[in-house]
Amino acid sequence: MEILTNLTILMYTFGTAGYFAYLFAQKEYLQKTGYGLLFAGFISHTAFIVLDFHHSGHLPAVNMNEALLMAAWAIVCVFLWVHVRYRLKILGVYAAPLAAIVMVMAVQFSREPGQSQTIFNSFWFVVHILGIFIGEAAFALACGLGILYLIQEHAIKSKSRGFFYKRLPSLELLDYTGYGCIIIGFIMLTIGLITGFVYAESLWGRLWTWDPKEVWSVVSWLTYAALLHQRMTVGWRGKKSAVWAIIGFLLILFTFFGVNLLLKGHHQDFTRF
Amino acid sequence: MQDIVLIGMNHKTAPVELRECIAFSPEEISTGLDYLKSRPQVSEAFLLSTCNRVEIILATDDTSSAVMEAKSFISRFKGIPSDRFDSALYTYQGEAAVQHVFRVAASLDSMVVGEPQILGQIKQAYQLATSRNSSGVILNRLLHKAFFVAKRIRTETAIGDNAVSISYAAIELARKIFGDLIGKTVLLIGAGEMAELAVEHLIRHKTAGIIVSNRTYERGMELAKRFKGKAIRFDEIIEALTVADIVISSTGSPDYVVSRQQVKNMMRTRRNRPIFFIDIAVPRDIDPEINTLNNIYVYDIDDLKGVINENVEDRKKEAVKGERIVDEAVIQFKRWQENLDVVPTIVGLRRKIEDIAHAELQRTLQSMNHLSSEDCRAFDRMINAVIKKILHDPTVLLKSTGSHWNKSAYLDLIHKLFKLDPSSDSHEE
Repeated sequence: MEILTNLTILMYTFGTAGYFAYLFAQKEYLQKTGYGLLFAGFISHTAFIVLDFHHSGHLPAVNMNEALLMAAWAIVCVFLWVHVRYRLKILGVYAAPLAAIVMVMAVQFSREPGQSQTIFNSFWFVVHILGIFIGEAAFALACGLGILYLIQEHAIKSKSRGFFYKRLPSLELLDYTGYGCIIIGFIMLTIGLITGFVYAESLWGRLWTWDPKEVWSVVSWLTYAALLHQRMTVGWRGKKSAVWAIIGFLLILFTFFGVNLLLKGHHQDFTRF
Repeated sequence: MQDIVLIGMNHKTAPVELRECIAFSPEEISTGLDYLKSRPQVSEAFLLSTCNRVEIILATDDTSSAVMEAKSFISRFKGIPSDRFDSALYTYQGEAAVQHVFRVAASLDSMVVGEPQILGQIKQAYQLATSRNSSGVILNRLLHKAFFVAKRIRTETAIGDNAVSISYAAIELARKIFGDLIGKTVLLIGAGEMAELAVEHLIRHKTAGIIVSNRTYERGMELAKRFKGKAIRFDEIIEALTVADIVISSTGSPDYVVSRQQVKNMMRTRRNRPIFFIDIAVPRDIDPEINTLNNIYVYDIDDLKGVINENVEDRKKEAVKGERIVDEAVIQFKRWQENLDVVPTIVGLRRKIEDIAHAELQRTLQSMNHLSSEDCRAFDRMINAVIKKILHDPTVLLKSTGSHWNKSAYLDLIHKLFKLDPSSDSHEE
């Protein structure tokens, strides 16, 4: 088991090196190498999660270590989708190091699968976790795309161009891909929230408990809902959309870490370490 | 030994008035090549003529008289006294000529370094030369090598990567904004050579429609017809901004044609779809303040020139790498050419046959232990005599002089038949 996580970290790290080499040298084979390594890491990562699921009987997302491992997996998963769907390769310089860092953070926390509570063993729980994690990973990438957009937009607007101008794709592709990520993220987050409510209803008999994590998740959900609404009605795009994708993700980060560390609630256990 | 000489003139040595007098049409090149080939001093000839250069390349045994021949050819053929163009001519010989040809083909000697047209022009000229049978072993090899070098420089350096003309720079920027330009609408305000050129380039990128607006509607109609677009009146420009994605403006107007407020209002109707303004008018047509609005990009002529200057600098850096590749290829070519001489060919041929004969003799004698050392020496003598007799006739033929025959072709054939050259050199093309 340990060996699989270590292998995954190694692959993500080398993948990161590949993408950075590609950023500087602009050679196609470097990008392909980075992608291949990331893909290999993803396979060993998936194997790890499946084995862990089989071993402990529940989806491994019940403590900080497991939650972060899950988050890194979701990030790479969504990145691979973006790569295939939008042919946007340079995003690897954001996604690969992000996944590697989250993995390294994860293994800093103790791995105590411990109590196999039956409450984590239900269809609703699995869908809730997958929905939330994939949704948040998509928002993480939307944030990265927003950053790349702002860099490229500045290069063109200020007429200074420079290092990134040649290396980044067109504004249109960055904007469009970011939009795609937000749509996927929004759909997944919605599914994750709804199944979470259904699950809470079945477990505690109450849909809504004013748990801080619930509240902040709904706040982020509303933020993205507003962004999508504005885009569809008055055409919020480009810089505005990029800035909001970054703000939205900061909210998500707060929901993920901040709420658990600063506030209390029934999700607190999941960030225990 | 056959040597290469090159005489020519280019944009650096000759003004356009002179270059246009000396330029050759394809028909003239054909007759010119026939003439040059018929001269006794010239064994192979190649002639290139573009708007920026005229180059005559000859393979010859007698370089100085070949140069004289080429000069008098230009003078007679074009009816210009040679003292009118003599000072504009450059003459290269041997290695320097080879280097010049490689540099020209790789566009290191072009007015705009890295522009790709010159290679196509050389290829066409080469086709003419082969069709007139005026190029032979040496020039064929030289030109194939030149194509190879040019291709290598293009793929291994970034010499042709960045746009160095206003219209290409504008398109490069447009592609950084919109990605591909398929389906984008172009609005041309005013007219002018540069603006029309940019529109033509844009059409090649499969833009959807061209809208032309001109102060005189008739002129606008004309342009619209040429670009298969539609003409609008000058006061309809602002409305057209709701559909146009790329706006090229080039009017003689002293004031801004499009103001910030007008565009700002339009963006609501456009639902913030990006617009790219290319303002090549002086004084400017597009209020530069428009650039501060979201999703709108304004580049004026100086901004575009800034892009070009940067790109030219990049190309110059890449050209240094190109020169290195050229130098390497010149050395290789020189080695091949030296081997193509009579003495190295005979030596190489002798060595090859000797190696085979002695190796086989050795093998045979090893299994015949009953032979005395005297017997072995007899075999050895016999083998040497056979080699000498085989080589006698080819040697006499190759060493014969005087007659006007294509010795290089024979030498080249021998090199190929007996595989005398190191293999690395012959597999490159």
